Amino acid sequence: MARVKLLKLAHARSGDKGDTANVGLIAYKPEYYSLLVEQVTAERVKEHFKGICFGDVERFEVPNLHALNFLLHESLDGGGDAFTKDRCARQDLQRGAVENGDRSRRFVSARAG
Amino acid sequence: MKTIRIANGQGFWGDSLQAPIEQVRRGPIDYLTLDYLAEITMSIMQKQRSRDPRSGYARDFVAMIEEVLPDLVERNIKVVANAGGVNPQACSDAVVEVARRKGFGGKVRIGIVAGDDIMDRLDDFISRGVELKNLETGEPLASVRSRVQSANVYFGGRHISEALDKGGQIVVAGRVTDTGLSLGPMIHEFKWPADDWNRLAAGTIAGHTVECGAQCTGGNCLIDWESIPDMADIGYPIIEANPDGTFVITKHDGTGGRITVPSIKEQLLYEMGDPREYITPDCIADFTTIQLEQDGTNRVRFSGIKGRPATEFYKVSISYSAGWKAVGSLVYAWPDAYKKAQKADRVLRERLDRLGLKFEKTYSEFVGVDACHGVLAGPPSPEIAEVALRVAVRSEDKRSVERFTREVAPLALNGPPTVTGFGAGRPKAEEIIAYWPALIPKSEVQAQISVIEA
Repeated sequence: MARVKLLKLAHARSGDKGDTANVGLIAYKPEYYSLLVEQVTAERVKEHFKGICFGDVERFEVPNLHALNFLLHESLDGGGDAFTKDRCARQDLQRGAVENGDRSRRFVSARAG
Repeated sequence: MKTIRIANGQGFWGDSLQAPIEQVRRGPIDYLTLDYLAEITMSIMQKQRSRDPRSGYARDFVAMIEEVLPDLVERNIKVVANAGGVNPQACSDAVVEVARRKGFGGKVRIGIVAGDDIMDRLDDFISRGVELKNLETGEPLASVRSRVQSANVYFGGRHISEALDKGGQIVVAGRVTDTGLSLGPMIHEFKWPADDWNRLAAGTIAGHTVECGAQCTGGNCLIDWESIPDMADIGYPIIEANPDGTFVITKHDGTGGRITVPSIKEQLLYEMGDPREYITPDCIADFTTIQLEQDGTNRVRFSGIKGRPATEFYKVSISYSAGWKAVGSLVYAWPDAYKKAQKADRVLRERLDRLGLKFEKTYSEFVGVDACHGVLAGPPSPEIAEVALRVAVRSEDKRSVERFTREVAPLALNGPPTVTGFGAGRPKAEEIIAYWPALIPKSEVQAQISVIEA
């Protein structure tokens, strides 16, 4: 099985709305998009952000931009100005690996914005 | 085909003071748009106005107008800004005063978009069953009514265009959507009808792309970030808008930054919710219909955008007081930097407990170790050079928060060794302003749009 870090396949942008963080994942090349759709599921994102995201993870497909958008609910300690966390506003997908196999692995991580 | 150039010069209140001036002076533009408002801004402005009825707006805006007014008049550049805050009338009066003082009396007309402030009407709404339920929790506003500090409806591009139609050259608005600031000039110039959903959606997406200023021209851009040219002189974005709803995002020649399809995609994904449902007062825009193409250096062309009918509601932005918070930090040096910071955290917490202080939340993080990646960060190198302990507390009880602010600095002498970073003084207890998003039927609120002459 070929293993490749997600960082090599996609760049990312993140923002916040209340207690929800969004993470946009953008394929570097159009041909990588289907791999993202197949591999980076809402379930895997939720599993990865365990301990940071305490609510549901929703995934939206944005095929025209070769992008996926994830909404991570209950991730921001109440949101907005109520934060005690410095990580407050945003989380970017930053590192990790996407595999073609089915073993569990770390594949995304969060960064402050 | 008539094309208009709409420049963004301010992505948020506190953005570069120089950016709007550069946008005016470094190349051709027809409109300058500036976004000043956020929830916390509105509550600060309400407090200012309660102390002084002539305040409650973005003073930076008036200073900026003073600087560029000769350029605006000479080149007939129009300005659209939500600088009015909770007092658009006072902001407009201040602009008028500046214009007269600079010798432009009789030469400038100020458009005012007001009526968004519903603070004085909340009890009336609640008594008539307009509950203003929190969009996230479903709770009625009555549950926090006594703590509300500001309440504003978001108006849209249509309201801005009406002020321009009436002859406003500098349009000062209260709460208007960020996207409406750019859409308004397009509706005004191109006479787009109120049910032309596709083009209204296109103008909305144009506005969304530039609303964060340089974030779409290479700022806060992850892709190839190290090679982005001349970030110190980063150009702010300009929309070249066409009557058919297509547009190009670009910037002035000779400025720094970078505009490419991937950098634009990053901005489009920023704060995205459901990509098919970007709801504004003007329309619902569908981000899955956007077609992007590179149109030369630092130019990205948008086409194909589709929209759907607007809803019957305005979004309301309400801020309310939600207690107090404070943040303190100390920096620990090698060797054993992380261990020392952890020990300091334990000691501090034990002292707070002994004092019997009440906090809803005490949150510690270790900058250099886990502040960005949280539990995903993994353990740091044992040889880590330095770690900053950052402790935040939150409480309804102001006295507890204030006492916390006195307990951080003593750790420098009565806690673990090799510490620095306390020179900045005691942390400050700050009021927490929380955000209450709600909806209100459009029929409940009327915009007041007027024009005054300097």
